[in-house]
Amino acid sequence: MELTLWTYEGPPHVGAMRIATSMEGLHYVLHAPQGDTYADLLFTMIERRDRRPPVTYTTFQARDLGGDTAELVKRSIGEAVARFQPEALLVGESCTAELIQDQPGSLAAGMDLGGIPVVSLDLPAYSKKENWGAAETLYQLVRGLLRAQLPIPGFEKPSPRRWQQEGRRPRVNLLGPSLLGFRCRDDVREITRLLAEYGIDVTVVAPLGARPADLMRIPTADANVCLYPEVAAPLCSWLERSFGMATVRTVPLGVGATVAFLRELHVLLGLELPAELEAGRDGVCQAERHSRLPWYSRSVDSTYLTAKRVFIFADATHAIAAARIASQELGFKVVGLGSYSRELAREVRAAAAELGLEALITDDYLAVESAMAAAAPELVLGTQMERHSAKRLGIPCAVISSPLHVQDVPARYSPQMGFEGANVIFDAWVHPLMMGLEEHLIGMFRHDFEFVDGHLSHLEGATRSAEPAPAATSPAPAPVPAAEGLVWSPDGEAELAKIPFFVRGKVRKNTEAYARERGLALIDSEALYEAKAHFSS
Amino acid sequence: MGPSQAIDELPLELLKESGQREVFCGLTSIVWLHRRMPDAFFLVVGSRTCAHLIQSAAGVMIFAEPRFGTAILGERDLAGLADANEELDRLVKDLLERRPEIRTLFLVGSCPSEVIKLDLAKAAERLNTQLAGRVMVLNYSGSGIETTFTQGEDQALQAMVPLMPASQVDQLLIVGTLADAVEDRLIHLFGRLGIPLVTSLPPRRSTELPPIGPGTRVLLAQPFLSATARALVNRGAQLLSAPYPFGCEGSRAWMAAGAEAFGVPGPLVAEVLDPLVERGRRAIAPHRELLAGKRLFLLPDSQLELSLGRFLQRECGMELVEVGTPYLDRQLLAAELALLPEATRISEGQDVERQLERVRAARPDLVVCGLGLANPLEAEGIATKWSIELVFSPIHGCDQAGDLAELFARSLRRRAVLSFA
Repeated sequence: MELTLWTYEGPPHVGAMRIATSMEGLHYVLHAPQGDTYADLLFTMIERRDRRPPVTYTTFQARDLGGDTAELVKRSIGEAVARFQPEALLVGESCTAELIQDQPGSLAAGMDLGGIPVVSLDLPAYSKKENWGAAETLYQLVRGLLRAQLPIPGFEKPSPRRWQQEGRRPRVNLLGPSLLGFRCRDDVREITRLLAEYGIDVTVVAPLGARPADLMRIPTADANVCLYPEVAAPLCSWLERSFGMATVRTVPLGVGATVAFLRELHVLLGLELPAELEAGRDGVCQAERHSRLPWYSRSVDSTYLTAKRVFIFADATHAIAAARIASQELGFKVVGLGSYSRELAREVRAAAAELGLEALITDDYLAVESAMAAAAPELVLGTQMERHSAKRLGIPCAVISSPLHVQDVPARYSPQMGFEGANVIFDAWVHPLMMGLEEHLIGMFRHDFEFVDGHLSHLEGATRSAEPAPAATSPAPAPVPAAEGLVWSPDGEAELAKIPFFVRGKVRKNTEAYARERGLALIDSEALYEAKAHFSS
Repeated sequence: MGPSQAIDELPLELLKESGQREVFCGLTSIVWLHRRMPDAFFLVVGSRTCAHLIQSAAGVMIFAEPRFGTAILGERDLAGLADANEELDRLVKDLLERRPEIRTLFLVGSCPSEVIKLDLAKAAERLNTQLAGRVMVLNYSGSGIETTFTQGEDQALQAMVPLMPASQVDQLLIVGTLADAVEDRLIHLFGRLGIPLVTSLPPRRSTELPPIGPGTRVLLAQPFLSATARALVNRGAQLLSAPYPFGCEGSRAWMAAGAEAFGVPGPLVAEVLDPLVERGRRAIAPHRELLAGKRLFLLPDSQLELSLGRFLQRECGMELVEVGTPYLDRQLLAAELALLPEATRISEGQDVERQLERVRAARPDLVVCGLGLANPLEAEGIATKWSIELVFSPIHGCDQAGDLAELFARSLRRRAVLSFA
């Protein structure tokens, strides 16, 4: 038993709903009690879907438990198939139905449903979570649909270069984009466009927008792109084992990774590597000019970004990518890296180790919040959970991963992947910091007459409504009482007050640590400067 | 269409349906109950689904440590109930150490805890002994197999009834969560009517439970408190029957029922309430202009549907196509049923697909429904009002009648104002 206040992931059947709702022509019959229909609003409200998820719930009640819930399951399946006429059917159960063991999958198998493929889902609700459920559902669904196409053991693996003999362009599948995933809609468009520019076609995008019949065309592609490992990794591994299909595993998040992704594809597919993807003598590859991020990052205006302390917590894919972009492409200093994706913990640990950090693998957001506070970052890159934590701590934050809020499904084109994605990332991560800088300037100039209370701008009275944003987001931290046995002298306090608010807490902590170490009882301005020199050397 | 019948002696049409129900479970009530009693904590003993439901229904995660949480059952808890009890005790101990401000702990049963027959009443008893009065531990069920949406509040309040001190005192007890400001206003108005002692359940502090006894007259502020009403009557209280305090008419009748129970003379009641009704009608008027003649379909959700339908039909001039309700408590809703127009179609329970077919066939001007259905219906060109807002907003009393009408009118007003040509 584990106490949970807020969760990063829903139960595994919500993962299955993400697959079903992402697709067309698929229906999911879920054996679940009344109340579990709440999950519909994740799609109709957060994703603003204009249709109900294609899910029929049995919504059994206590009075049904005495009777025949199996009959209820069969009736629900029969009615759903008759009403929605799906091309394929998923059948599964939520946490409570798992306990009453009606085996809806077996019940469905015993019914005459007009020959549509039926995939039974076994998603252990008491040990697994949403992303696992999504990945398992996609894998089971494709496996079920491709059963008839399975090559015999010992078959010869299809070459990813067979397009050359077949007189056509190379083609790949984009696997993993789903509803409630982060910016999947726009990533698919961006990556499809990008591949087209290099002469590569997309055969199937799944699950987002695919029909069951599309999934049956997966083996006709030359390779699979594992765009979102949280959802597609098990499927890609199975397609490798069973169909001999190669997988592209570089996730094109950031400029460097997008170039690496394109190189991996070219090598795998046997395409000639265009000159622009080769690194030049200066180490710069021409293709990076397709994004503004490299130049914006090099421009002098970005100097202030140098070594900005950034704390990252997200799903594994976005966390690992964010750490790389932050440290290599924006010149930040990553001071914390973690993920709630236990399935991919090994990869996150490796990425953290490269940065000299220990990865935080947890689904306890309070542990994340306290790690965040201890790391004293200037920017947080996280999920909606970290956005709330960062707000409480007064730290700017950009959201980079699910779980989502309705504001993370923007109306505008806003991918994360590819060269345009890198542009979006530059803006999304740097703007909150610019707000921080603006606050710093306001702090510096706060004694100037323009900032004196009662002073009105030429807009007369408009000032109040024009400037409150920074004030609202950054309450000056309350004075922290000195630690046990330490006293700040008035001149020490005065010197401390001159330090910008966003590093003041850290300076205070460091100075007190220094004072303790040196056995100083009184901290004056000299002690503060000595501590500063001590910590910067 | 399923079997129809007349309701008792009333000329109404009742359609009983069973099938897929698109309603929240009783756990959702925690979202407003925890705000009412800031010194209480609601601990759901359930699954990850329960935690995810409350998080999704609550919408905002602004609190670092909210006053509700879920003890998520794991595989080991399912394997052995003895261990599950030990685990629960450990978790409660940790929670109370971390949150010393908690005075009352509600252990809230869920679908999985009910199915595995984890006895939370026993757990509460055991914990009460261990805690020796430092924290009061109560239990109730908010499970979807036993409760819908607002019934969770009914169960929570019912759990508090045995703890109310016995008293002979003459008092008016208002039952059901109200916004603090609305409660203050109603108490003030009852004071002007000469009723000196007005108390509330749930109280603002969980430890300050109102007394109960033969001198207590109960006015339910919400129509979904059947079990609580029975428990209060069993403790000697007198349950007053009235329409619920939505709109001017309902609010006046509701307050007048309270006044009558205390022998307040009619002229005083009129003197205090009539100006409020008059003012409320003026506040409704601009919205009535928009709503009058429009056809309304209420899907079953919050259990407020009959009262809201009555208000929108009688005071805003809307035409009722169908009034759905998760379940129909004829006794508690007798006064509301009497006010509905002849041949109003009331549906109890739900078969959501068939009900949506009726919605599409009737093409109403406004549908009141849950969040899962609102956008899909809007996309079909049907205006909606989400019902969850009605349990979070202050809508009780004559003073709120205009605001209540506005909630419905806004949907229509917005559609009228949008133009992309």
